[in-house]
Amino acid sequence: MATKTVAFEIKRQASPDASAVWERFELEWRPGMNVTTAMMDIAANPVTADGHATTPVTYDSNCLEEICGSCAMRINGKARMACSALVDNLEQPIRVEPLSKFPLVRDLQVDRSVLFENLKAVKAWIPIDGTYDLGSGPRVYPQQQEVNYPFSNCISCTCCMEVCPQFNEDTGFVGAATIAQVKLFNNHPTGKVLKEERLRALAGDGGIQECGFAQNCVEVCPKRIPLTNAISDVSRDVLLQKAKDFFAK
Amino acid sequence: MASPRIIVVGGGLAGLAAVIKIAEAGGSVDLFSIVPVKRSHSVCAQGGINAAKNLKGEGDTTWKHFDDTVYGGDFLANQTPVKAMCEAAPAIIDLLDRMGVPFNRTPEGLLDFRRFGGTLYNRTAFAGATTGQQLLYALDEQVRRYESEGKVKKYEGWEFLSAVIDSKGVARGITALDLRTMELRSFAADAIILATGGIGAIFGKSTNSVVCTGSAQSAVFQQGVYYANGELVQVHPTTIPGEDKLRLMSESARGEGGRVWVPRTLGDKRPVKQIPESERFYFLEEWYPKYGNLVPRDIATRAIHKVVYENHLGIDGQPMVYLDLTHIDRATLDRKLGGILDIYEKFVGVDPHDEPMKIFPGMHYTMGGVWVDFNQMTNVPGIFAAGEAEYQYHGANRLGANSLLSCIYGGFISGPNALTYARNLPAAEGDGGHAAEVTRQGELNDRLLKNEGKENPFKLWRELGDTMTKHATVIRYNKGLKEADEKIVELLDRYKNVSLADRSQWANTSFAFARQLKNMLELSRVVVQGAILRDESRGAHYKPDFPERNDEKFLKTTKASFTGLADGPRFEYEEVDTQFITPRPRRYDAAS
Repeated sequence: MATKTVAFEIKRQASPDASAVWERFELEWRPGMNVTTAMMDIAANPVTADGHATTPVTYDSNCLEEICGSCAMRINGKARMACSALVDNLEQPIRVEPLSKFPLVRDLQVDRSVLFENLKAVKAWIPIDGTYDLGSGPRVYPQQQEVNYPFSNCISCTCCMEVCPQFNEDTGFVGAATIAQVKLFNNHPTGKVLKEERLRALAGDGGIQECGFAQNCVEVCPKRIPLTNAISDVSRDVLLQKAKDFFAK
Repeated sequence: MASPRIIVVGGGLAGLAAVIKIAEAGGSVDLFSIVPVKRSHSVCAQGGINAAKNLKGEGDTTWKHFDDTVYGGDFLANQTPVKAMCEAAPAIIDLLDRMGVPFNRTPEGLLDFRRFGGTLYNRTAFAGATTGQQLLYALDEQVRRYESEGKVKKYEGWEFLSAVIDSKGVARGITALDLRTMELRSFAADAIILATGGIGAIFGKSTNSVVCTGSAQSAVFQQGVYYANGELVQVHPTTIPGEDKLRLMSESARGEGGRVWVPRTLGDKRPVKQIPESERFYFLEEWYPKYGNLVPRDIATRAIHKVVYENHLGIDGQPMVYLDLTHIDRATLDRKLGGILDIYEKFVGVDPHDEPMKIFPGMHYTMGGVWVDFNQMTNVPGIFAAGEAEYQYHGANRLGANSLLSCIYGGFISGPNALTYARNLPAAEGDGGHAAEVTRQGELNDRLLKNEGKENPFKLWRELGDTMTKHATVIRYNKGLKEADEKIVELLDRYKNVSLADRSQWANTSFAFARQLKNMLELSRVVVQGAILRDESRGAHYKPDFPERNDEKFLKTTKASFTGLADGPRFEYEEVDTQFITPRPRRYDAAS
């Protein structure tokens, strides 16, 4: 009996300046197979479906259980994590491309460092006095923890930015992930000491007013973070802050 | 005098903890990581972090935490550092709480704690079932704050290749490879801290992340650093078998009441939920009435092996047993275990709220690691290590929820110690060995890129993983271990014929992998040969031919050193510090 196979089409690009080509692969199917397994299989036998030798595919991956946020790519047109993309649930040939809104490095690997720069700009941290023993933290009631915890699950995969029509070079929009972190830190009893600075960081060009409420972000988020709620709440706070700053002049 | 420069390699919990302490004390840090540090393997830790805060009125103490840890590790850990870690734990939890970790709470707004393996106390603080992720992010955020203040410089996307060691044997920096441009460079430092995690990749499939190859540890081992207790490897009892990896199903599932069972009758064809209680074999609860499903991991793993391979009671004859949460209400499960239940459902396609999970043991954690002294420094002056990369805190078996603690604690100890060391370091003579080391690494790179042959590094790796998993995990026989060593020698020989399908000099991942593979092979011999020599059973190291612990001969730390000879590493043994708790028999089945 012939072994069952899985067909892939993968967009390849050797470098940012090279031209892109699509390569087709026929791989042996196995139960529970996901897109990252397919990449590993290609690395062990880098030959296309028509028998041409090629190179292993360059892509980001690490945990393979959808918690590190590395392996975001476009699979059959949808931005998602490759590790949790099971081939049995996908139409074939499975078309795999890099995220389109970030500078391409090679093949499926892109440079998403903009998100980490954004997190710096909004001071996404709790300004503790120091790491020496200062006793217990502030009391946080379970109801409050249950509101904050989902926002702390953001894996920085940038899928929400990829699918956002406003996330592009023209607007310089920070994107939903960063806004959700602003909500998280502004909600924290100690974190809110930087609330005004965070809101001002989102008040200018590329800030929260660039959001067009397309709601693509919340649909694509692999961690089901209530991103649009965060955007609404932070929008209101930014407006209040702007008004406050205006009258304080 | 200019403030000392410290290099930290690895941006998981241990590395970030070290960075924070150094930056806070006024030092400058260069932080190297293969992946953006927020994507480090610590993010995978699920269940929680231990500290005897005694917030449940149970009379828990740091001494009991210390005793559970030492007993759980079958007395192989040096007791002085373990004791200090357990004493520091409550303040570490407070600090993490102050950093904003969204720990689960009691109705009064205090930290909630749950049960974990190898203890009878509710000692584990947790943030849902994504505690590692939450802790990593908290430290990542503090490091980002220091980065924005210019105290930390990150080199993300750089891979450590080797230490730069001067003519007097003192570390003076590192060489590293830019994984995008493939540029090889050396970086000067007055001290370096390796926090490069575990070595799961040498077993092929494990619960570890892709970057956990042990390559950095192996590189410094080959430069003269001792590797300790390499044979001690933890196989986690509950993982989800997969094609690409074994996904962890946290011990917290059992901490919250999850029960492990198989049908009592071989080949029971009834749907799982129709099998009545009386016909279910809750073997952990029957065999270990006191600890039940929360026996330490080595015990649970061997019990599952026994049920599957001796009693032949695996589900449908397959190597799988049930981990059952279906008796717990949905809301509680979501609040306390949501993250891991999502993982199961996404990757298996079955909802564990409704149907018991099917799980099997899988390679999980490296108790062994780079040898360090109580200051976290290796035998090479200036090279420190922290976290899973070193060997110090877990003896022959790690208790669940002690790894996050040991990572942060080890980072907190190594950072300030590295800074103190660096402040007293005399200047290097000449260039400190930098040019020579860059030349050596450049030659290795050139040879690999130009090498002609017919071996594919990824295929060699699969063969390595198969042999290591077969011979060097749950049950070990000297005959099999010797076969494994011969296989590794064969693979090292075939490695000479590795030919890269990609010879480009831009984001060449197979080149980086092939370099790691050589180091994995060298380190595998340390694991296998160390296991051959330890003719006893202790913690995770189990030999049916030597079923008892032998304190007289083997209450000792294994220390391997690199020889470069065909026979492999040289081994010596060091006394274990047992000054606080006298070793006693380890019997979780007895009602002691």
